[in-house]
Amino acid sequence: MRESKHLSEEGIAEELPEGQIFQARHLSKVYQMGEVEVVALRDVDFTLHKGEMLVLLGASGSGKSTLLNILGGLDTPTNGHVQYRDLVLSTANENELTIYRRKHVGFVFQFYNLIPSLTARENVALVTEISDNPMTAEEALELVGLEDRLDHFPAQLSGGEQQRVAIARAVAKRPNVLLCDEPTGALDLETGKIVLRALDTVNRQLGTAVALITHNAAISALGDRVVQMSSGRITESTYNAHRASMDEIVW
Amino acid sequence: MTPLTKKMFRDLWHHRGQMISIAAVVATAIMTVLSMRGVYESLVTSRDAYYETSKFPDVWVQLERAPESLRKQIAEIPGVASVDTRVSFLATINLDQIEKPASGLFVSIDNPDAMLGRLHLRSGRFVRKWDRDKVMLSEKFAITNSFEEGDSIEVVINGQLRAMEVVGVAISPEHMYIVPPGSFFPDNEAFGIVWMGRQTLSALDNMESAFSEAVLTLQAGAVEEQVKADLDELLKPYGGRGSYGRPMQISHQYLENELKQNKTMGTAIPAVFLAVVAFLLNIVLRRLISTQRQEIAVLKAFGYSNADIGRFYFQFSLVAVLVGALVGLFVGVWLGDVMIEMYKEFFVFPNLQYKLSGSLLFFALLVSILAATVGALGGVRNAVALPPAEAMRPQAPARFHPGIFERMGLGTYLSAATRMVLRNIERRPMKSILSALGVSFSVAILIIGLFMFDGVEYMMNLQFNVAQREDISISFNRPLTPDVELDILRIPGVAVAEPFRMVPARFHSGHLKKEAGITGRSVAHELQRIITADGDIIPLPLSGIVISKFMADHLQVRRGDRVSVEILEGRRPWREVEIVEVVEDFMGVSAYMEIGQLHRLVGGARSVSGANVKVALGQQEKVSRTLSDLPAVAGVASPRSTYEIFQKQMSEGLFIGIFFLIGFSSVIAVSVIYNGARISLSERGRELASLRVLGFSKREVAVLLFAEQGIITFLAIPIGWYIGYLLSQAIALSLITESYRIPLMINFDTYVYAAGITLIAAIGSSWLVRRRLDRYDLISVLKTRD
Ligand SMILES: Nc1ncnc2c1ncn2[C@@H]1O[C@H](COP(=O)(O)OP(=O)(O)O)[C@@H](O)[C@H]1O
Ligand SMILES: [Mg+2]
Repeated sequence: MRESKHLSEEGIAEELPEGQIFQARHLSKVYQMGEVEVVALRDVDFTLHKGEMLVLLGASGSGKSTLLNILGGLDTPTNGHVQYRDLVLSTANENELTIYRRKHVGFVFQFYNLIPSLTARENVALVTEISDNPMTAEEALELVGLEDRLDHFPAQLSGGEQQRVAIARAVAKRPNVLLCDEPTGALDLETGKIVLRALDTVNRQLGTAVALITHNAAISALGDRVVQMSSGRITESTYNAHRASMDEIVW
Repeated sequence: MTPLTKKMFRDLWHHRGQMISIAAVVATAIMTVLSMRGVYESLVTSRDAYYETSKFPDVWVQLERAPESLRKQIAEIPGVASVDTRVSFLATINLDQIEKPASGLFVSIDNPDAMLGRLHLRSGRFVRKWDRDKVMLSEKFAITNSFEEGDSIEVVINGQLRAMEVVGVAISPEHMYIVPPGSFFPDNEAFGIVWMGRQTLSALDNMESAFSEAVLTLQAGAVEEQVKADLDELLKPYGGRGSYGRPMQISHQYLENELKQNKTMGTAIPAVFLAVVAFLLNIVLRRLISTQRQEIAVLKAFGYSNADIGRFYFQFSLVAVLVGALVGLFVGVWLGDVMIEMYKEFFVFPNLQYKLSGSLLFFALLVSILAATVGALGGVRNAVALPPAEAMRPQAPARFHPGIFERMGLGTYLSAATRMVLRNIERRPMKSILSALGVSFSVAILIIGLFMFDGVEYMMNLQFNVAQREDISISFNRPLTPDVELDILRIPGVAVAEPFRMVPARFHSGHLKKEAGITGRSVAHELQRIITADGDIIPLPLSGIVISKFMADHLQVRRGDRVSVEILEGRRPWREVEIVEVVEDFMGVSAYMEIGQLHRLVGGARSVSGANVKVALGQQEKVSRTLSDLPAVAGVASPRSTYEIFQKQMSEGLFIGIFFLIGFSSVIAVSVIYNGARISLSERGRELASLRVLGFSKREVAVLLFAEQGIITFLAIPIGWYIGYLLSQAIALSLITESYRIPLMINFDTYVYAAGITLIAAIGSSWLVRRRLDRYDLISVLKTRD
């Protein structure tokens, strides 16, 4: 992230310690809703490591999405410091955040947000066209098992297939981190499994760090680490002794 | 207030930008209807009332001289209701204060109460038959030259200088539009009407107990053609010049042209705006309804009927229309007043006022409500047709296909982003085409407006800089021998003198006929030239005749054909002449011959009736004065000075005209593009937010959003040029008259301006939407399901 070093208001930020890609300190987020203040994050400290598969658990409204959005540069914290490698996200400007999203981070949402006017291949190409060192659209789609759906439009794909295209689109630029906000939330069980398998594959094969939000506790076995949130706080952070493979998961 | 009404006002508020833009188009439509059509109606009503109360004649005829006793015989022609006779002629007026020569049409008055085409007194009193050396002046001439009752005015009649007293100022229904002879545009400083007691006037012109003009009104049911034929037959021995009806009466003709133009524009322009209104309401409502599927489903589930929901969306569009109509009403009435004031500059009415008729207002409202209904129909039909359960479910993703470029095999050259833009345009071809058509009207309106100026400017320039190059044109009050040329040349300051002969004639071809003067001049003459519509100069042929295309069309003859010519003076011979050339000219109806040929055609003595003069630099004023004092000179005119007045008036008109045109055009362009972009933003907000998440910058996303509108605008411009050209052609054709024909001449600049203004409007409206796009909250868009 050389360019951002010079652009950042705080000047050259310290590199994070070896092995960390995200670090958040005393992070808080307050939404002003007319008269009332909604506190979404309270003094959160958080770290994400290279290549890690992290599962974020917590009740609805506990602040998971808010945390992920701040990490992804889609939202800014009210207070606190958040840093991606050498880029201080909490003070980065619009331009730096755009470049950050373009090169370093991939998103997967509950709703697939594919471009309906583009085929699967083209949806992925949309990203590869603006990236420095992407894989080809075909490679990315093969990774999620959609090599035979290349020229289908979103309207011609099932929900699970659409979500896999969204994953392929997110990983095609070879990001360092993939942020997934309830990617299986809108899918049935079997389809959800296929999608999770795709995420698992990406993490294992490419070494991409994955932060995965879910409210399905059964999925936590899939992660290297499980972070529990409640009322805007991180209440627990535990390492799984054994990271389960997809086939071992039962729910 | 019912919950639905509340919802309506909230929705209206939420979509206020779009509603305001639609209301603006409605307002413009109503404004143009009420002003243009309202002015038209006011003019027609006022004119008809004036014609009625003043006993405006139906038929006119000029002749050399007939005894007053003939009047009874005219009255006995079947179909004639009443007859009035006059003495009238052109003569010089000496005005100290102005540099150019002035002249007047002198008209006799017997009994101001019993005359046809009664005068309307503005100030002072009427002249009476026996008044000696008293005159009344036409209003504009009196005002422009500051004449008041009691002032003295010098006139030169048959070489006699006489001082006359001004006793009154009046207006006449026959002179609502006053143009100097041979001209087309008022010159209130240099030309006016002078009314004088019959006794004095006849004495000055040796016309005692005689008349040189007769006017008639017809009985209801009379056949005008038959009356004119009988009249012409009766007046043959007295040098009758051919009778004519209202369509050929100059003042009536100009007013009629103006009305026709007003009516055409006052119909076409509002129609365009109303079509745009219907289109906009259609696309806006369709979008609104598809975003409100869930709400509609819930309402239906609660037991609201289809009719309730249909009425809701209909009322929604009605509010925009009524707000627009209200604004349009006020602006339209104001503009109507302004336009009427502008008309008063050129046309004189006894009391002209802008009056908005109830029926026009009703009609305007009805048509705009109709446009709202047509516009709302599609969307409402969708809303009503939606079964509740279906409506609860989110809309399935839109279906797309590979675009035309990819089917053509050009796909590999296009980026994914470009494909997005093209497929969105292609997905709803009808919407894209109608949007382009809407924007193209914004270009076309500018073209048709500016074309009027281009065409008139071109016509004037050819006429006064290429065809008529004389500084002074003089007309004699009696035939003179050709050697008058030498006398004129002897006047100090005269550089060139070219006498001509003008002979009144009637052309016949089968049962078709047309009156026109034949101008005879020497082939060596260079001041006046025959030009075609393309600006080519045609040499005067040594034999045969050259006629205007207007006459050729009227007579259904072509070059090489022979026509019968009935000469309307002297021994009134009938002759056959070959048409050797047909020229497309712009003004009047002309016929030209070599002067020797013309003498032979008419028979009798060789004579000339006027001369064109070119003067040495700076001598114009002096020479004009000398010429106008000559006894044989009836009038001295300077075509170029009329042209200068015209140009000045025109540039003022141009300024006002362009102001309104830019307004009209921008209203269309902005409303179509703004609504198009807003709808795209609403339909594709999620898509654009996704792109931002994927790392596209704000600018890149904006480009993707506006590329569609941009492509539509670029397609619309050439379409607009073409539509503008076609409409201009239609207007030019509809305005072809005896007095002038506007050539279809559109300057290159006009095309550039039209495109430029539309582009600026397009960029402006994109900018409005861009601000909204920048404020878009990325996450909240992505969190919601479409
Ligand atoms: N844009 C927003 N405006 C106001 N409040 C918000 C907004 N986004 C989230 N919140 C509130 O912040 C809290 C945390 O929300 P979120 O991070 O979405 O929770 P989770 O993803 O764990 O369900 C909730 O109380 C939510 O209502
Ligand atoms: Mg959430």
